[in-house]
Amino acid sequence: MSTEVHGFTRTLTGRIVLRVDVVEKGLLNTLLEQMIDLVAPAEADPDADPLAALIGIDVHAERPDDPALVRMFPDAYADDPEASAEFRRYTERGLREAKVVAAKTAIATLASSGEKVTLSEDQARAWLTSLTDLRLTIGSRLDVTEDNHEMLANLPEDDPRGGLFHVYDWLTYLAESLVRCLMPKG
Amino acid sequence: MTAPTELERPDTDEVVELDRPWITIVWNDPVNLMSYVTYVFMTYFKYPREKSEQLMMQVHEEGRAVVSNGTREEMERDVGAMHSYGLWATMAKDE
Repeated sequence: MSTEVHGFTRTLTGRIVLRVDVVEKGLLNTLLEQMIDLVAPAEADPDADPLAALIGIDVHAERPDDPALVRMFPDAYADDPEASAEFRRYTERGLREAKVVAAKTAIATLASSGEKVTLSEDQARAWLTSLTDLRLTIGSRLDVTEDNHEMLANLPEDDPRGGLFHVYDWLTYLAESLVRCLMPKG
Repeated sequence: MTAPTELERPDTDEVVELDRPWITIVWNDPVNLMSYVTYVFMTYFKYPREKSEQLMMQVHEEGRAVVSNGTREEMERDVGAMHSYGLWATMAKDE
């Protein structure tokens, strides 16, 4: 049988395997590194209340300006900016740290040699988190709509966004294959 | 006026008690995969596949769905969890 299937598959023995060639590995590495730069929380303020820092409260957390970050860390209350700001102070740093941990976990799995990467369930879940975050980020940059394919089909050949669209499509394919692997039974 | 009532309370078999006055709403977005949204509802809320798919379709077609209700603290936890999965969620008082 052909072994040309790329993306994530679950083997007959239940292991999750990611197949990527060396170019794809390099691209994933770069994207994940860039995402870490984007979402990593600011260095802890040396004057911050140490107890607050310890339990992950960020007294300076403010609504981000970057649309990709707004999408990843949205207001928790649709029409209550004050309550949203409070929620953000308690949650945003932890959310950012979790995304960084997931991306670092994914990067670490790419360090193994060869085109076949075998993943634990935890590593696979970290990949799903990171693929979601990458797609949210790139999707926000590209202003994707639900008619993404139509948009891509109508994109002029020399449109500078073309390459990123193809990366987005590829990440979508990877994410879809990974969701299939991780979907609970029943 | 029956439609909005149903929209806000997909769990018609579950009574919304007075001590569960807050709701978590998941909003449609153009990025997240339908299969992924179903996966999140099954994984985090432990909802059966059928209910998870119904909620996912409601998000997809109506633009939003109420996915849980409870105390304010419980809904803060659910909203934070949805954000950690990359879903766009907000909470509100169920009025």
